[in-house]
Amino acid sequence: MNKLNFLSPDKNNLYAYLYLGISLFSFSILIVFLNSFFNLDLTSFLPGTISYFLPLIVGFIGLHLIRIEYSGIKFLDIINKNINTNKFNALLSLLIIFLIIKSAPPLLSWFIIDANFAGDSKDACSGSGACWAYIKTWFNRFMYGMYPNDEQWRINLSFISLAFLGGIGFFAPEQLKKYLTLYYVVIYPIIAFLFIFFFISGGPIFFDFSYGIIAAVISIVIGFFIPSKFKMYYFLIIPITIYILLKYVFFYEELIELGKIQAFEWVETGAWGGLSLTFIVSFFCLIFCFPVGLFLSLGRRSDLPLIKYISIGFIEFWRGVPLITVLFMSSVMFPMFLPEDMFIDKLVRVIIAISLFEAAYVAEVIRGGLQALPRGQYDAAKSLGMGYWKMHILVILPQALKLVIPGIANTFLALVKDTPLIFVVGLLEIVGMLNLAKTNPEWLGFAMEGYVFASIVFFIICYAMSKYSYNLEQKYKTER
Amino acid sequence: MNFKKILPQLLTLAVVILVFGFFSYNAQVNMENRGLEFGFGFLTYEASFDIQFSLIEYDGSHSYFRAYLVGLLNTILVSVIGIIFATILGVTVGIARLSRNYLIERTAAVYVEFFRNIPLLLQIFFWYFAALRALPLPEKAEPMFGVFFLTIKGFFIPAFVWNNLDIFIYSVIAAIISIVFVRLYAKKKQENQGIQTPVLSISIGLLIILPLLSFFLGGVDASVEIPVIEQLSQTSFTYKGGLKLPPELIALALALSLYTATFIAENVRAGVQGVSKGQKEAAASIGLTPNQVLKLVVMPQALRIIIPPTTNQYLNLTKNSSLAAAIAYPDLVLVFAGTALMQTGSAIEIVSITMLTYLTLSITISIFMNWYNKKIAIKEK
Repeated sequence: MNKLNFLSPDKNNLYAYLYLGISLFSFSILIVFLNSFFNLDLTSFLPGTISYFLPLIVGFIGLHLIRIEYSGIKFLDIINKNINTNKFNALLSLLIIFLIIKSAPPLLSWFIIDANFAGDSKDACSGSGACWAYIKTWFNRFMYGMYPNDEQWRINLSFISLAFLGGIGFFAPEQLKKYLTLYYVVIYPIIAFLFIFFFISGGPIFFDFSYGIIAAVISIVIGFFIPSKFKMYYFLIIPITIYILLKYVFFYEELIELGKIQAFEWVETGAWGGLSLTFIVSFFCLIFCFPVGLFLSLGRRSDLPLIKYISIGFIEFWRGVPLITVLFMSSVMFPMFLPEDMFIDKLVRVIIAISLFEAAYVAEVIRGGLQALPRGQYDAAKSLGMGYWKMHILVILPQALKLVIPGIANTFLALVKDTPLIFVVGLLEIVGMLNLAKTNPEWLGFAMEGYVFASIVFFIICYAMSKYSYNLEQKYKTER
Repeated sequence: MNFKKILPQLLTLAVVILVFGFFSYNAQVNMENRGLEFGFGFLTYEASFDIQFSLIEYDGSHSYFRAYLVGLLNTILVSVIGIIFATILGVTVGIARLSRNYLIERTAAVYVEFFRNIPLLLQIFFWYFAALRALPLPEKAEPMFGVFFLTIKGFFIPAFVWNNLDIFIYSVIAAIISIVFVRLYAKKKQENQGIQTPVLSISIGLLIILPLLSFFLGGVDASVEIPVIEQLSQTSFTYKGGLKLPPELIALALALSLYTATFIAENVRAGVQGVSKGQKEAAASIGLTPNQVLKLVVMPQALRIIIPPTTNQYLNLTKNSSLAAAIAYPDLVLVFAGTALMQTGSAIEIVSITMLTYLTLSITISIFMNWYNKKIAIKEK
């Protein structure tokens, strides 16, 4: 038997060190565990400070004793490699383990053991734990805001249908795949808008924007049969012409009045709120900011100086100001810029403001993708005789957009996290509703539960999205 | 000139001019109807509202411009505090994420994933309305180290009372200037003669000795004022003396630094991982010590990757500090775009000034960043 040297453990007396070290290590964890879960103090006979640091010292010595390289025991090697590489690491590992053990009981008792789940008033919550009854009572409000209870199926149905229509791209047959871009960029937003307008809002059948929508649909359908040489001029002129024709020649104001039959009860946007409003705002902002950002990024890389500098100015302006001032602008300054008889709904103003704001960020992301393409792609497309639009639509954008999908997803993530800011203009999505519920005299003092609940909801949404974007990134990385 | 090139530009210009013209025409009509006049004259009027927390002397009798300055300084204060703590925490967590210790790496990862996936506004609300409200009342507060009092009314810390503060500041500035000269001299000496000078220890020595000298020779004198509890009325207590950090400032700075630190941590991680392994191996193979490898090879290259996105995060933090309006911390947005706007009604002027201020801040920082990027960019021959 070799001599034991406790200062530098080696392989010769492997098992002696191992048993001693493991038992010391386990003992230190046991002390902390008993202390935190059962309030037992094994070392109370020692003076205060020593008893306080004892687990740390014991565990540290234990870890020191089992720090034997290439011991040949798989379990021991894994421990040494991962949490016990040197003295400093061992100390940090111990601190983290103790911290987890220490913080588990209070968290558990607050979240589950001492928490109240049942009941529908403040009196039900007497324990020291969380009052989940509060969340349960207010759950409807947190999800739907002030939307009338009997009408909430309209929101649910719209979301389910929109999710279904949005997912249609995954199941489209091969020969229809080429129309998917058109579907997502033009048709789907229109359908989504109509859903929100008729269903969630409960608007009339014909309304002021219907000319615009009809004009857009007609001109796009005709646009397919126009030779590509004239397409740009066509799209500059025809939609406006059709709009004017519809508004002033074919239809009359009386017809609009006639068409204002409401299928559903009107719910004004001020009553919308909760998580569903978060979804509505971020969904529409995503839809609108993408095309605007695309054109801005193309503008910024354009050879035409005027367009280039207007785009740069626009992008840098929105990127330079905080969103909250943009929302302030949309609520107090923007109405001053409109004719007196023209009124734009608060929600619409907010959506426009956030879309323009995010469009600047999207533009920079897309510009990154455009810059990442090798020059040869542009040269090759030009040498085939393609014009600017043909080159971009057929060659450049499909490659560049594929590169920036993760970046767009990240921008969208930021957008979702920014939506609570709309409380500035008085729209109450989930965080706003929490603040409202917090000040309700019957439910005072449950701020913590509300914020924890909202944090969990947002964490689930945002974490899932960031993981998805990360997966996309990995997927496209390998393909190039 | 090519017709095809001019037409789109003209059209764009026409649209921009039309939109602007439409807006300004309407603005004129609207303001006329409401009897408002466009102009910045209101900046000199008496503000007649109070601000809870201000770095410069201010009360209701000062002008709106003074109120604007108070707001701006408060914004800068919370941004600077946030940036300092976010950097410290971010770099620590970023390095922790690179650790080979599984527990440390996971803890850092959990922290990053958790704090960056929750909206900043929610975090600010959480700290302000939930966490800080759980603090004790002033009369029940337990002192930390005997001098710090963390209460529901704010964080009371001891303050320094200075005599001849200006001489002390001059001595610090003199120390910094002489450090710059020492560095330049040391660099020159190394280039010419190949002799290394211990710049770091000389710098630290200068930074300690010169201010110390000012104490002995310049008549500088500092004493510490410890906050003492004082009874205002039967049930109301507060602390007198020392410095008071309002809970709004604490909640805001805490949320901003915890949130931004996650992004800085990811930047640091990406930067250090971005230095290729071959660089480290090459440096080690020419005989540099591990510390030298880190200092001379890894860090200069990692910093080149880390600094641009991190500056961006600083910019974001400054812009995000405008969320202060949500918890009534008197920053630029709350004081100026909130209270001042409500009182004067000059919406267009005030919102424009506020936006221009933020715009100036961001553009200044991005110009500086571009200059710095050019300076540290790899110069390829």
